[in-house]
Amino acid sequence: MLEFRKDIFADERDDNLIEIGQPTQRQDILGHVTGTSPYYDDHRFANLLHLKILRSPHAHARIRSIDDSAAARAPGVKRIIRAADVPVNLNTLLSLIQFGKDDEPSLASDFVRYKGEPILGIVASSERAALEALALVRVDYDQLPAVFDVEEALKPGAPSVNATYPKNTFEYYGKYDHQKLRFGEVEAAFKEADIVVEDRYQMSPIEHAPTETNGSIAVPDTNGRLIVYTSTQALFFSLDTSAKINAIQSNQLHFIGGTVGGGFGGKVDTLTEPLVILAARLIGAPVRYRFSRHEEMQYGSPRGAERIYVKDGIMKDGRIVARKVRAYFDSGAYTRLSSYAVVKCVAHIPGPYTIPNVHADVYCVFTNRTPATAMRGFGVTALDFALECQMDKLAVAVGMDPLEFRILNSYRDGDMKAHRREAKNCALIECAQVAAEKANWPIRDEFRRMSSRQGGGPARTGGGADRTRAPAIAPAVAPPTAVPQRVAYERPAAAAAPPSPPPRSASPPPPAAPSSGSTHGAPRFSSVFGTRRR
Amino acid sequence: MAKHRGRGVATINYPIGMNLGGDPSQALVHSNPSGKFTVALSSIDLGQGMKSVTRQICAETLGVPVEDVYVDTADSDTGPHCMGSFASRGTHRVGNAVMTAAREARAVMMEAAAEELEVDPGDLETDGKGSIRVKGAPHRSISVRDVAIAAQFRQGKTISGRGIFLVPLSDVDPETGEMSPATCYAHACLIAEVEVDDETGDVTVLKMTSAYEIGRAINPKLVEQQLVGGSWMGMSHALYETPEPYYPDTRDGPRDFNEYLMPGPGDICPHDILVLERPAPDGPFGAKGPGEMCANPVLPAVANAVFNAVGVRINDLPITPEKVLRALKARGGASTHGRAR
Repeated sequence: MLEFRKDIFADERDDNLIEIGQPTQRQDILGHVTGTSPYYDDHRFANLLHLKILRSPHAHARIRSIDDSAAARAPGVKRIIRAADVPVNLNTLLSLIQFGKDDEPSLASDFVRYKGEPILGIVASSERAALEALALVRVDYDQLPAVFDVEEALKPGAPSVNATYPKNTFEYYGKYDHQKLRFGEVEAAFKEADIVVEDRYQMSPIEHAPTETNGSIAVPDTNGRLIVYTSTQALFFSLDTSAKINAIQSNQLHFIGGTVGGGFGGKVDTLTEPLVILAARLIGAPVRYRFSRHEEMQYGSPRGAERIYVKDGIMKDGRIVARKVRAYFDSGAYTRLSSYAVVKCVAHIPGPYTIPNVHADVYCVFTNRTPATAMRGFGVTALDFALECQMDKLAVAVGMDPLEFRILNSYRDGDMKAHRREAKNCALIECAQVAAEKANWPIRDEFRRMSSRQGGGPARTGGGADRTRAPAIAPAVAPPTAVPQRVAYERPAAAAAPPSPPPRSASPPPPAAPSSGSTHGAPRFSSVFGTRRR
Repeated sequence: MAKHRGRGVATINYPIGMNLGGDPSQALVHSNPSGKFTVALSSIDLGQGMKSVTRQICAETLGVPVEDVYVDTADSDTGPHCMGSFASRGTHRVGNAVMTAAREARAVMMEAAAEELEVDPGDLETDGKGSIRVKGAPHRSISVRDVAIAAQFRQGKTISGRGIFLVPLSDVDPETGEMSPATCYAHACLIAEVEVDDETGDVTVLKMTSAYEIGRAINPKLVEQQLVGGSWMGMSHALYETPEPYYPDTRDGPRDFNEYLMPGPGDICPHDILVLERPAPDGPFGAKGPGEMCANPVLPAVANAVFNAVGVRINDLPITPEKVLRALKARGGASTHGRAR
């Protein structure tokens, strides 16, 4: 059941709209429910050829030799695609926005760095013929030691996974192996805190599990261009990536997509388009490359695993005064998008709470597993799990109701966030209040009266110094009552905001001027392809 | 041996759009000579409702009925550039681009109508039903269809508009992490009620209650679809899913849906959802984006509910029966010591 609470924030909204807010039926619903919406694989072509990929059976190995002579003679085989056929074999997805170095081959030639890494492709008249020919390819490997644990990968002497980043970490700003966050004085605050709580959290990889697996069809057009039918979530991202790998101009490609059978982040990586375009260009015929369910589950990039350590300092009255986070993103063998998620994660720390002292180090780590990629909540989902489990433990530690504890520490308009921007347009407190009311979760009156719009301000973080000495919230004396807050949602003037202490230092030291000019680990994600914007 | 009930809560926020600005999307809007509008995008409809959300935003901005707008997505020859459908960016970024394009098209439409009615464009308003009329004198009106015919065949005007939305770019300070990651945030609170069987380790989610603040619900049915589907995914992440069940050990990876555990229809629980709207100053009609965030609060709320039910903390996802039983064994059985409510 879904219901609106239009009474809340009504004074900030114009509700006199005609089409906005209407439960209008989806434009595409008839096609969806009658099975006639065209997905990429609904396009039919005479003489369609099929691309299948030979994948590494080892997590880490050197390729000594590849013998595909028997496969080349197998029935139905049109062409074998080898690493040497790929015009620009080494690529990284975010090179389109100048972030990171090219580190991943379309087809491996010397080393394989994860089980399932593509080695060569076979184009044949049927998927069956391609698969049978793949079984005839003989590859001679030297197996190498592999590393699967993010913290093991950072130890001296660990196997080096990724030739571009031999220390097994993505490089930020050309000088750091992690992304930093520094706000206030976290160690000093831990010393003054009444209680310190520390724990370790682990998120396992997750499969996107779309109904439609990754795939695309490339069809030579009459004018030297190619039409590409694709399941991509990001049309121009995939088009520009394919153009780069094939060393052709972007206007030689005509991408058609737009209706996709579920993505959740798993169809950004452009896993099939570059090779299917290459095959169609080499052969001059339409070619399809689609993942089997097994490929989708094991070799299509998953949501990456994350290991997160959280250490918090709190006062007996429930205020969090320090939060320290150390996190490791398991990127798998190559970067793809995990480097970006690390920065997004750091921006999200310490969660939607106002904490005066925050410190974080987050690493993008390479291991010998399937490269990870974006998934719903990228960079944030696992962190939210860790922080919100931690919040529960903190509430228990100080003997507070977990919901009241969150409301007390919630960020409000005007608060200074750890990434040094003012909080605006906040609504966490209101969400907590109405959910509590709906679920019959009793919270005390003063917590029901609190507001995201009142009581905030930079002094709550001491302007970046600590607030361990801030007076506590007004003692909770009012017994819980059952006054409903259905209407108007106007609250008495803020009784509850903790009075601010005089800040120990007036403001945080100004941050160093942002670095510029580094080629890699670019300080910004310019979204303008090919140009660095200042 | 018994079944124990518990409740857990989580509160979260979520940044809208790609981190650190940039993140552009474009839209083109034009009318055919019958006054029917087409929105050309290269954005992708993954099932989330991109076409429908942008259609309603376009219709509202133009002042025409939603039936008179059709959204065409994802052809690189006709649709202008879009970063893609991810990062909860569609409603906010693409919606803003469509709004800008529709405003430009509307301005031409009103000029053409003014010329036909021989009034000042500033004196005109749309009725949202397919006509343009003089403010205060509704009998003096002209249909959008007649305006489009006049613009095309008599006045030589293109009723069309271009739109782009681009967030100011920002740097990250390498030493402190100072940055401007996002321009607006959505918010949520979710309460999960679970039952834990201390004999089998099974966790059943009985009920969820949530509140989501999403700026503006452009289409409440699409919002419901996202929030209900997202909570199912969150429950699945919390209790069932992973392609590496013994991570970081890589063995026993599933190959298909027979081996990959996910909740089925019988595992879905009732979910009461409240929607709050605090408009984002830079959102289209204030809209943020509910897409990604709705899975996030479920994971910790379920974990906290398990603790509330039996007194064990599972810090490693997913919370499988095996992990629950091992934790109960280590603890010497279920305890409601942590139960505060």
